Parts: sequence; C-alpha cells; structure tokens
Amino acid sequence: MSAGESSMKNSIAIRTENLCRHYKMGDALIRAVDGISIQIASGEFVALLGTSGSGKSSLLNLIAGLDRPTSGTVVVQKSDLAKFSREELAKYRLHTVGMVFQSFNLIPSMTLLENVELPLRFAEVDRGKREGLARQALERVGLSARWRHRPTELSGGEQQRASLARALINQPRFLLADEPTGNLDSQTGTEIMNFIREFNETLGMTIIMVTHERTLAERYASRMTFLADGKLIGDQSNVASATTRNGATL
Amino acid sequence: MKTYDMAELAVRNLRESILRNSLTTVGISVGVASLVAMLSLGIGLQQLAGRRLQKSGLFDTVVVTSRRDLRGFNREQEENGPAPAESPALNEDSRQKIAQLPDVVEAYPDIRFVTELRYEDRPFLTMVAGLPFSAKNNDAFDGMQGNFFSSETASEAILQKSFAAQLLGKTPKAGSEEASVADLAKPLLGKQVTLRYAERAAMPETQTSDSAATAYSVVSREVTLKIVAVCDLDPDSMRGQARARVFLPLKLAQNLHVMQPSDLRDTTNSAGSTPAYTTVEVHVKSPTQVQTVEDAIKKMGFNTFSIVDATRSLRQFFAVLDLFLGIFGSLALAVASIGIINTLVMAILERRREIGIMKAIGASDGDVKGLFFAEAGVMGVFGGFVGVALGWTIGRVINLGTNVYLKRQHFPPEQIWFVPWWLVLGAIGFAIVVSLLSGLYPASRAARLDPVQALRYE
Repeated sequence: MSAGESSMKNSIAIRTENLCRHYKMGDALIRAVDGISIQIASGEFVALLGTSGSGKSSLLNLIAGLDRPTSGTVVVQKSDLAKFSREELAKYRLHTVGMVFQSFNLIPSMTLLENVELPLRFAEVDRGKREGLARQALERVGLSARWRHRPTELSGGEQQRASLARALINQPRFLLADEPTGNLDSQTGTEIMNFIREFNETLGMTIIMVTHERTLAERYASRMTFLADGKLIGDQSNVASATTRNGATL
Repeated sequence: MKTYDMAELAVRNLRESILRNSLTTVGISVGVASLVAMLSLGIGLQQLAGRRLQKSGLFDTVVVTSRRDLRGFNREQEENGPAPAESPALNEDSRQKIAQLPDVVEAYPDIRFVTELRYEDRPFLTMVAGLPFSAKNNDAFDGMQGNFFSSETASEAILQKSFAAQLLGKTPKAGSEEASVADLAKPLLGKQVTLRYAERAAMPETQTSDSAATAYSVVSREVTLKIVAVCDLDPDSMRGQARARVFLPLKLAQNLHVMQPSDLRDTTNSAGSTPAYTTVEVHVKSPTQVQTVEDAIKKMGFNTFSIVDATRSLRQFFAVLDLFLGIFGSLALAVASIGIINTLVMAILERRREIGIMKAIGASDGDVKGLFFAEAGVMGVFGGFVGVALGWTIGRVINLGTNVYLKRQHFPPEQIWFVPWWLVLGAIGFAIVVSLLSGLYPASRAARLDPVQALRYE
C-alpha cells in the first residue's frame, strides 16, 4: 500500500497540485519547487526529506502561507492559499498553522512569556486571558519556571521548547517544523521530537517536518517524502516509526 | 492587534534602543521647542503692540468733521462730495445718529476752547478740552497722579503736567531735570481753579421775529473747578485731547455752552440756531470695524478720518512675522522628522528578523505597520510634551532677560512673550502629526517585508 493510498483513509487536509515556486537570480531561474503534487491527510506526521537545496523548506513555506506559489495550487482545508489576500494569509498563519524553526526564532528582547503570548496579541485575545494561556503552554513544554527569562539566557533545547509553546498557543491544526533539531545535540533533539510526537498523537495535530536526517524521520514520522531539485522523488509510509511509538527505544 | 497592545509594544520596543530613540525624541523636542519659542515671541509682540494700540484708542477712532468747515483731513473727499453748503451740520442730532450706527461704542463732540484760568488770583491762558468718561481706561492716563473725575458732570479738572508746573511757577529751564508728576501733583490736588469763559446763551423766542435768523447772546461766565489729578500726557502727541492742558468732564464742558469759533461763522450761513460741533470723535468696537463705520458716516455726508490703514499694515506685518517665525521654528522640526525617518529605517534593518518572525507567527501587514507607526507616534508624543516644556522655558528665560535689560534702561517690564493654550496643544499635535508622517514610509516598508527573506537574513 502506498503512502498516498493509506492517507486517503483520513480526510485530506493539505493538497498541492503541480506546485511551483521559481525565483529569478540574475539571469538564472531557480526552480525551488518544481511541480510538486502531494496530499497530506489530517493527523499525519510527514517528514520532508532531501539534501540542502532540494526545495523542502520552500515547500514548507508555501504550505505555511509565508510564500506564494509561482504556479499550481496549495489547498489547505479546502481553501486555495494562492487566492488568499495578504491579510487572509496572515490570519491563516495565525490560527491554522504553528511554526518552529531550526534557529528557534524567538524575539530576543522579549521574555519567554512575552514571546509565547505574542500570537495571542495578534489574535486580539484579552490581556487578562493571555498570561494564563501562555503560562499553560510553557508548562506543557516544561518551562513554567523560566517564563521570566529572555531567550539568550536559555539553552538551545529550552529555546526550541519555548518556540513549540508559541506554535501551539493559538491551537493550530498544523505544526510545520523546519529542521527543529538542526541546532540541537542528539539528546535535546530527542526531547523536542518527543514533544512533537506527543502533539501529533494527543492533540491530533498534523505535522509536517523538514529534515535532512533520515534516521530521525524513520524514527518519528508516519510518512517520508523525498525531494530533490524541487521535485518529489519518493513518498513512503513509515512502518518503523510504529515500533518507537509503542515504546521502548527512547 | 488592539491599539493598547500596539502602544505597549511600541513603548517596549523603543526602550530596547533607549539611547538612539531618546536622541531622536530630543531632536523632536528641540524642533517643537524652537517652534513654540518663535511663535510665542511673535504672539507676545503682537499682543504687546495690540495692547498698546488698543489702549491708545488711535486705531478704533474715527474723527468726523462737517464738510461745511472746509477743514477735513482728506482732500479727495472734499473735491468729490456734495457742495459744502448742502452737507448736513455736525450738531447734536447728527452726533446721536452716528452714535446709533452699528459697532459704534460712543460718539462724542470734541469740545475745546482757549480761555482764561485763574489760580491763586493769577490768570493763565490755556487750551481746555472736554474729556469723555471712557478715557479713564486710556493708557494716556497711566502715569496720572490723583483720581479721575468722580462723575460725568463733576466740577473737576485734570491738569497736564507742564501746565501744573506753570501754575506752580516751576516751568523747567532748558537743560534742567523736569519735576516729576508726583511732585507737581502734591501741592495742587484738591486746590481750586476758576475757569472764565464766554457762554453762548440762547435768546428768548419772543425776541426773534424772523425764524430763519440766528440769534444768541454771549455772556461772560465763571466756574470753579477742583483739581483732582495731574497727568503725564505729551501735549504734542497725535491725540486730539493731548493738545489741551486742562481737561474737564465732557458733559460738564458741553453744559457750559462755551462759544465756539464756528458759532460766529454759522450765524452768517443758514445753519440754524442749534450750535454745531467742530469735530466728533467716534469710538468703534474694534479696529476691524472702523472701515464700515467710516463708510456709513461718509454716506451721511460728513468727512471722516481714521488711521485704519496703519492698523491694516500692522496686522499684515505681524502675520508675515508670525509666518516667518513659524517657518524658522518648523525647520528644526523638519530636521527632527528626518531623524525619525532615519531612526525607524535603521530599526527596520536591525529588526528585519523580528519582523519576519512576527509575520511567520501571524502578524498581519497592518500589525507591523501599526507597530512602527505607533513607535513614531510615541516619539512624537514624548517629543511634543518635552518640546513644549522646553520652548516655554526658553521663552521664560528670554522674557526674564529682556525685562532685566528694560529695567536697566528705566523702562517698565513688558510681557514680550506669550504661550497661549492653543499653541501648547497645537505644538504637541503638530509634533505627533509630523512624527506620524515621518513614520509612514518606514512603517509601510516594514509591512511590505517578505517574511521568507527576512527569516533567511542572518
């Protein structure tokens, strides 16, 4: 059974069709994403694998609504992102997707609490409610004692946990992670990956994770999609991850 | 994002680069301060001039003369108007008509005559004039010693300083110091003088058979007056009253029916039996209405004279002065606004990544724009308040310095500088508007930032 067929069992949450993102750099045309058609079911944990420059981050940015396709469509929950206005895209990023990055991307001038609270400000949540929600989110990732600290006062793992808390704060349907363990040692990386898997399993979030580490993908993702030169070159469901899911190897 | 959240975030962002943002805010403050200082100086000077002019009564006065007298101030009027003999007489009826014109505060005849005054049995020949009660507030009587007339018909007199000196035999010799008003007033206040004059007394009706004939008798009379004050008027100044040396309450002067030079002439023409006035002075509510009142009086067939043109050019002068002071003041604010633009554009470069992050986690273009706009606005608010305070202080210091100088030159202190409320609020508002305008470009530039590019940027 192919990955595509197994995902059909659940409802399709994300669908791209002949998705292209081309850049012009001087005279050269860079085909970062070049005709990718993929369907991702709700609740899936998809790893986008590929070497540097294969187009995996560009694809993630298109799904995240941070970038617009040159051609093709990205349909998320039946809406075509290509047709969204800038304002609608911002709303989509605010409520529908949560993002974590390799370099954490916390705002250095703000405390952890303020960083986590920031999306709530954009969502115009009342002041009174914001702090409670942000503290809850920090508690969930085990940082309740450090809410007053600034990002620079924390370790890489702690920073990534804080950025996970921020990604979750508006209860999005999708978590998009761009090399979330890329800047972390393997132990801390495992910690982060366990959190991500927990969100996938307990909150039912759909996870799309960009990584170039195949072992990591094999261990956690339910599906592995391979990219090279902006094209999809392989797509398989990952039975191996089921073993780790059930237990012992962590 | 809610406005409050945006403002809070803006303030905390500004605090992050406190030095740079403080310097920018100081720039705005200096701009606002220079604007406030310049304009308050302009306003102060204008008010000073205005106060002086209004008190002098020069600019809200229309002098009315009869065309029959052939002594108008304006040649053109005389050449173009109706023949003098056909024009109306300037008598009590005309005065009342003029007084009833809109915007006219009062119209009173200019009564003056040269006559003999006796003090301690010595005769003095001098010009006597009637003074309207409204002259009490006139700045000409600023340095007066004693009190103004107790009523409109009181038998009282105010003496001009040089005449007081003459009465006391203290006429200053060339080169010697003049005696002060206070010194002259002391021996004279409360003393009595006797005014001798020629009264024009009406003839009993029965004695004239010809109704067209003008007949009156001239009777020599005396009235005793109490000296109530000595004033420091310059007898050679432009003001009509100032040319006299003894002043009586106007009503009293009118009631004396002193024979006027024009009376004699009027007997030879058909002016009738009612005595005519040489001139009538008309006080208008404000200098701006002088022209309309003047036109209305001209229509009645009289000659008029006012120095409204002088006030017009004066107002124009101050408008231009204020404009230039405002422009110079605004120049500093313009420089400050460039400072704001620079600071915010630098902030965008520095906070590129932060903007990218905010957009990635859901900030809209409007949120980012609003945030930068709010930062500019907050700098404007702070700069405006500090600037007004600074400008006010500068003005105070200038005023203080000027008064120290004036004191040394033996002049009374003056308020040459004035900050009205509208200037305070206007300057703060202007600072905010200028800051927001300066924030427009940086804010829209920040909002347009591509999040993918911004996040890639290290």
